[in-house]
Amino acid sequence: MTTAGIDMGAKYIKVVILKDGQVLSKAMVATGFEPAVSAQKCLEEAVQGAGVELSAVDHITSTGAGRKAAPGIHSDITDVGAAARGTTHLHQEVRTVIDVGAEEGRGIKVEADGKVVDFAVNEKCAAGAGAFAEAMSRALEVSLEDFGQLSLKSEKTIPMNAQCAVFAESEVVSLVHAKTPKHDISRAVHDAIASRIVSMVRRVGINKEVALVGGVSHNPGFVDALSRGLETQVLVPENPEYIGALGAALVAEERAKS
Amino acid sequence: MTTATKEYWRWKEYNWHDETMDPKGADTITAGVDIGSVSSQAVVMVNGELYAYSNMRTGSDSPDSARKAMNWALEGTGLKPDDIHYTVGTGYGRVNVPFADRAITEIACHARGGNMMYGSTVRTILDMGGQDCKAIHCDERGKVTNFLMNDKCAAGTGRGMEVFADLLNVSIEDVGDLSLAVDEEPPPVSSTCVVFAKSEASSLLREGWSTNRVLAAYCSAMAHRVVSLLERIGVEKDFAITGGIAKNSGVATRLEKELNLVSLKSKYDTQIAGALGGALFAKALVEKQRKKGG
Amino acid sequence: MKANYGYLDGSGEYFITIDTDHCTECTEHGCVAACPAGLFEIIVDDYDDEVAAIKEEHRKKVKYDCGPCKPVTDRPPLPCIAACPADAITHSW
Repeated sequence: MTTAGIDMGAKYIKVVILKDGQVLSKAMVATGFEPAVSAQKCLEEAVQGAGVELSAVDHITSTGAGRKAAPGIHSDITDVGAAARGTTHLHQEVRTVIDVGAEEGRGIKVEADGKVVDFAVNEKCAAGAGAFAEAMSRALEVSLEDFGQLSLKSEKTIPMNAQCAVFAESEVVSLVHAKTPKHDISRAVHDAIASRIVSMVRRVGINKEVALVGGVSHNPGFVDALSRGLETQVLVPENPEYIGALGAALVAEERAKS
Repeated sequence: MTTATKEYWRWKEYNWHDETMDPKGADTITAGVDIGSVSSQAVVMVNGELYAYSNMRTGSDSPDSARKAMNWALEGTGLKPDDIHYTVGTGYGRVNVPFADRAITEIACHARGGNMMYGSTVRTILDMGGQDCKAIHCDERGKVTNFLMNDKCAAGTGRGMEVFADLLNVSIEDVGDLSLAVDEEPPPVSSTCVVFAKSEASSLLREGWSTNRVLAAYCSAMAHRVVSLLERIGVEKDFAITGGIAKNSGVATRLEKELNLVSLKSKYDTQIAGALGGALFAKALVEKQRKKGG
Repeated sequence: MKANYGYLDGSGEYFITIDTDHCTECTEHGCVAACPAGLFEIIVDDYDDEVAAIKEEHRKKVKYDCGPCKPVTDRPPLPCIAACPADAITHSW
């Protein structure tokens, strides 16, 4: 049986093609201004990579913020459900899934089979999401990649007063004017986001192992800040940005069988 | 941000004094100095009447901004800082006004100032500042009965509007009029968060929306957001809007429409409400002091 | 006076409301000791009344600072509210 999972993220659309539980291919396309068109393109790229015809895919399940806009889908599943399912498929020992994307953050308490026990969400405010780090890297005039790396060079804890990304930008600029080293500013920014994510996750309870998924898990500065904040090393699964799509494809498999 | 684009949200500084009044030897000369995060005002009051004021940008140093605002308000009046009997500092930088006799929150000062500016019937005052938004309910004496201040989030503040003015290369002073120059009112920008609203605006522009239409959508979103803040304290007639945004007709008229209320107009400059309230507090405090001292 | 401390942001509305008219008659000020995050303090307000308030440094983070008292499930009564003899404290979320 062949299934597909589409994760309609705010910045990128991700597709995973599964055949009998094995990943055949993955694809990623920028969401852009026409998500449905980008999704179609991403899906086509993925099936091509898998060497199958789109018509041969038995069930397509979408997830992500724009999941209802995905073309040709048979069903959809929430971001929370997909992240839980995808993560536990790869790491059964995980009991807490932290999913941080460009525009939202989630803390999910899961069982070994991927069943969601509880979850908390921070959305619609850039303060607790990847967009915060992105805005600060722009204010510092460094690329997002370098920005995450930079923070690992710092051992200094500078508190940030501003909570809002817009106000924090001015704070970062004043730190620059005060000759604060960029790596210390970078750590302060990552610590600020992490502390907001940590207090959100504490509301569902933190049980080991803890996994971080979503686009922000590629940022080593954030992984470090989060691990320090949680006082436990967080695990980052392979291809963490595809976890939602993988979870959706797994759910598609179940739904196709029933 | 480059210097050139920064100019889009610049505004003019000004001062004023009443040439028909002679302050020399008056019983009580008091002052209120409101050090906001973006702008600072100094108000000088003679025997309880407005005599002079200034409105300037706040510099990086609060004590320096306070001195400058005071000196500029006094410019051409013949009064010196030493002639002032009592000064109240208010606003974000209120504890950094070196010559103030007391610091009072901007909430209490706005209510007190609003009471004079709009008359004792005013019950709800909305102040939209550069980096915060305040909703105040007060009684007939200008005493606060219910308030909230939102300075955590840039949405619904002057800063949020500046981000938009900057994005669209429009002068902050023109935002209101341009936003009203649309044939049909567009749906409001759906994101509250300024960061997300900005990306929403960029995609609207790519879809072919005009600058004015995007401004209209943002002014209307801002008005809507402020209404939800006001609902927390309860909106009651008479209603007044102070602060820089009161001068933005695009937000003010949409706000009135949504509340189904017409805001009170004042003969005073709406940006001096806090400093004016400070000067009024100062008058009451100096009189109390004199009574005690005999 | 009803003092609302907190904020509205894109994610929701987070206000702690203190009806300070009750504080002037209160001698216990139980809220100060009850809050595990130390959010409350007793201040002299602009009208020279002794009242409870949320400390300045917590006002922009109440959503996070109050988090430990607000687990997603099995939420117990809030200690600050339980400690106030006059029912002067309310939370908007």
